[in-house]
Amino acid sequence: MMDKPLINIKNLSVGFRSLSGKIMPVLRNVDLSVHCGESIGLVGESGSGKSTLALAAMGYLKRGLQVIDGVVQFEDHSMFTLTRTDLEGVRGGKLALIPQNSGQSLTPTSKIGTQLSEALKLHSSLDATHHKQRVIELLTQVRLPDPEAIFERYPHELSGGQQQRAAIAMALAGEPEALLLDEPTTGLDVTTQAHILELLRELAADTGMAMVYVSHDLGAIARVCDRVMVMYAGEIVLEGTTSQVLKTPIHPYAHGLLASIPKLSDAHLPQALDGRPPVPGDAGAGCAFADRCALVSNVCRKERPVLHRTPNGEHVRCHHFTDIDKMNSTAARSAVLAQTDNLSKAFPILTLGGLSIRYQQKGLLDDLSARLFGAEKILIPTVDDIYLEIRRGETVGLVGESGSGKSTILKSLAGLLSPAAGQVLFDLGSTGQSAPVQLPSVVEARGHDHLRAIQLIFQNPDDSLNPRHTIAEILAQPLTLYFGLTGDALYERSVSILERVRLGAHYLNRLPSQLSGGEKQRVAIARAFAAEPDLILCDEVTSALDVSVQAAVLALLNELKHEKGTTYIFVSHDLAVVKALSDRVAVLYQGRMCELGPSDAVYSYPSHPYTEVLLGAVLEPDPDSAPKLVADDIVELSPPAKGCAFQRRCPRRLGTICDEMVPEWQQGAGQHMIRCHIPLKELITLQKDA
Amino acid sequence: MLNLFLRRLMLGIVTVVIVSIIIFLGVELLPGDACTAFLEREAQGKLLENCRNDLGLGRPAYERYLEWAVGAAQGDLGISANGQKSIADLVGHRLGNSLLLALCAMCAGIPLAIILGVVTGLWRDRSVDLVFSTSAIFAMTIPEFVSATVLILLFSVWLEWLPGIVLTPADSPASDFFPEILLPVIVLAMVMTAHILRMVRSSVIQVMESDYIQMATLKGVPYWQTVFRHALPNALLPAINVVALTIAWLLGGVVVIEVVFNYPGLGRMMIDAISDRDLPVVQAIALIVATVYVCVNLTADLMTMIANPRLRTHYLRK
Repeated sequence: MMDKPLINIKNLSVGFRSLSGKIMPVLRNVDLSVHCGESIGLVGESGSGKSTLALAAMGYLKRGLQVIDGVVQFEDHSMFTLTRTDLEGVRGGKLALIPQNSGQSLTPTSKIGTQLSEALKLHSSLDATHHKQRVIELLTQVRLPDPEAIFERYPHELSGGQQQRAAIAMALAGEPEALLLDEPTTGLDVTTQAHILELLRELAADTGMAMVYVSHDLGAIARVCDRVMVMYAGEIVLEGTTSQVLKTPIHPYAHGLLASIPKLSDAHLPQALDGRPPVPGDAGAGCAFADRCALVSNVCRKERPVLHRTPNGEHVRCHHFTDIDKMNSTAARSAVLAQTDNLSKAFPILTLGGLSIRYQQKGLLDDLSARLFGAEKILIPTVDDIYLEIRRGETVGLVGESGSGKSTILKSLAGLLSPAAGQVLFDLGSTGQSAPVQLPSVVEARGHDHLRAIQLIFQNPDDSLNPRHTIAEILAQPLTLYFGLTGDALYERSVSILERVRLGAHYLNRLPSQLSGGEKQRVAIARAFAAEPDLILCDEVTSALDVSVQAAVLALLNELKHEKGTTYIFVSHDLAVVKALSDRVAVLYQGRMCELGPSDAVYSYPSHPYTEVLLGAVLEPDPDSAPKLVADDIVELSPPAKGCAFQRRCPRRLGTICDEMVPEWQQGAGQHMIRCHIPLKELITLQKDA
Repeated sequence: MLNLFLRRLMLGIVTVVIVSIIIFLGVELLPGDACTAFLEREAQGKLLENCRNDLGLGRPAYERYLEWAVGAAQGDLGISANGQKSIADLVGHRLGNSLLLALCAMCAGIPLAIILGVVTGLWRDRSVDLVFSTSAIFAMTIPEFVSATVLILLFSVWLEWLPGIVLTPADSPASDFFPEILLPVIVLAMVMTAHILRMVRSSVIQVMESDYIQMATLKGVPYWQTVFRHALPNALLPAINVVALTIAWLLGGVVVIEVVFNYPGLGRMMIDAISDRDLPVVQAIALIVATVYVCVNLTADLMTMIANPRLRTHYLRK
């Protein structure tokens, strides 16, 4: 192939010195070479060392890390021996970085234009008088609307997707030969992510840049990379072409990782990968993955496998890669979604009647101007017009992009936000027959029974578990509050609840900080279930977790549902995750419901145009599938005052009727409902053709 | 923006009015009144009655409050109980002297504190940092009168470089206070430098570890440019409020230093007025100090708003 690689990393080991003075490796003997025009994906879960490796390519290590062994070459430069001035010349010039979370990577006190001009000043030969013009060109190239205005904006005035585009433009300013992308789309909405990836693909094709793409998201990797390297515990465990790695992974870890990703096309729950990766310095003499591997044998524990080269040109670090086919037969088939029998006969547990929630409030000045000039300020509710009936034992998923009001609805149901209008009926189920009563809107007004019956699980267990309370104290709170348990009874119940979430009694004395992310979320789930609730509100409960852990948490939720017949309202931005767990799905846009129905129906045609946009943007971990981008990823800050909520972005807009009239609900087959002016039959034809 | 400024100004005025009511009530609740305090043992019979009539103490409290408040708003702070002099005149000189002291301490302390804060933050855990951070802790924790006494001992008693006590009369022009003012300025500057330094240091450390500094480094921005263009504008924002608090403290609360050095400022006047039970003067000084606090904090909030693009654009758009 090509003679000389652009980036050439040889036998790199990086580590940090622990308090005891021992060096803990974070990267172990890693080789990476990137040729011109090539795009390589680095995948792995958090802590696998993928970001460290990418940053090391720039000669940069995070505070506390040091090179133990190996060399990092970019072109003819040995990055870790360059002087500071020489490094500054390479970084941001021929070798540029697109960071994760651009919102935090752009300096908040200087304008976008200034930050891009700075990059030009450092790395281009252009005369200073042409800088502004060039910046505008770059902003146009990354397809930012109104580049002249963006030039004058501060980073916080841009949406997440726009910030990411600005960061891309900044990286392009130095006309790089290689781009390092560190989780560039993590945290963005699905449609925004899909658009950014398309942009990167086109840029790479146009400019012939090499790319190193770091991500935990195999869907994104599938879309942009030619070759993929899978990392585990600081080592490269598998390297091959994208289609080799994603379609026929020959390393057990890669195999497990792929199986743990929920897919739209799959009716099953994803398969969990048990256990957790070793912490740095903890890996013994053998294979780092041995403890979690289904193919483990004695040799795996004694001898660290070398990177074998297969006849197909792949590299794999496994003693048993030839036996990979056994994985499918030996691994238990993933659990089928627990179905609650006779859902249709169950009583409704929760009925939302025209729920409307408003954050915006009238200020003193608004009041004054209303009195003086009669100019009444119209407040548009953040969430409006929500009618939903949830039956006991049912799981209803709420999906939508950020700003769709899904978390707002949960907060209101939990009693943290008082609705502006509408009623919420709740049935405690104590009488054995349907006896719904009005649910007091705020938590302070709710009685013991209501507080116990409705529990909320938050997105981030780091924030929702008190870091100074032991797990025993955390679990004791609901148990003592609702059931008055103390002493031995409390201990026994705590242990049995912990065991139900597959954590042992030895966790009771630990603090949240001593647990991994997945374990913490299990504790949060245990705390919710300790109250023996009737309804559990799950707010993005798997979003902060790695995919393999996510699969385990989903399986746990499913299992508990099966056991207890609990009702869930499951909120997530991830359509595949919602599909994996929900009986019915409601699609929200700007706080208005667009579509509601059984999940199978919602995920197939006909769809509301917004659902169509969302589904089209989903990236499957399959190099042969491409997203269908039918609408722009504009971010709307508030819903329109009248008409259909989706009018401004709709790819199937009819005309003024969409702006003027809120569409009626159209009834499809099997309780499937769509709120659109286009007749269902027409939608089917339109969407089949697309 | 103007709207917001006016709103904050209104709030400030309301605060001062509330504080003035509290001060007035506080003095009112003390046993006895200005006359009993002033006349002491002779406070009985005709003498007391005459005095009360002179001062109009027989009238209801709200009337007297209004009279006092309206007067104060126009710059008339009333008449001192013992000297029968206009408080405004008395306080005027003292306020000027306090301002002089504060100004000198600020000129020395603020730039020094910011420079040292940045230096210690950038060279965290190196010897520069250890030396200055440790000295700062000492400067903060040793009571001012101890450090003042030590400095007097060192510079005026042993080395005989600087006068250890201020003998200039209260109503002298500013230039007469040199070099007597230097020692009190040094003590004050030490304390304020310590506070601001620690704040700036931690702010710099936090900003230097932020994603945008990493990004600037990886964009190839030279180190000092990163520090000055990317780090400091962000790191110094929170310093504005700390500086404001220190300034307010300097203008109103340096009683101990003024007493130790015999400096004729507001703080010492306050002490004298309290020991003389000159209640009108106490009231007047309390009101002035409160007003200074409000003004300085208002200025600081506005400056933060102007310097922080996030807040600035937020209010501009509104």
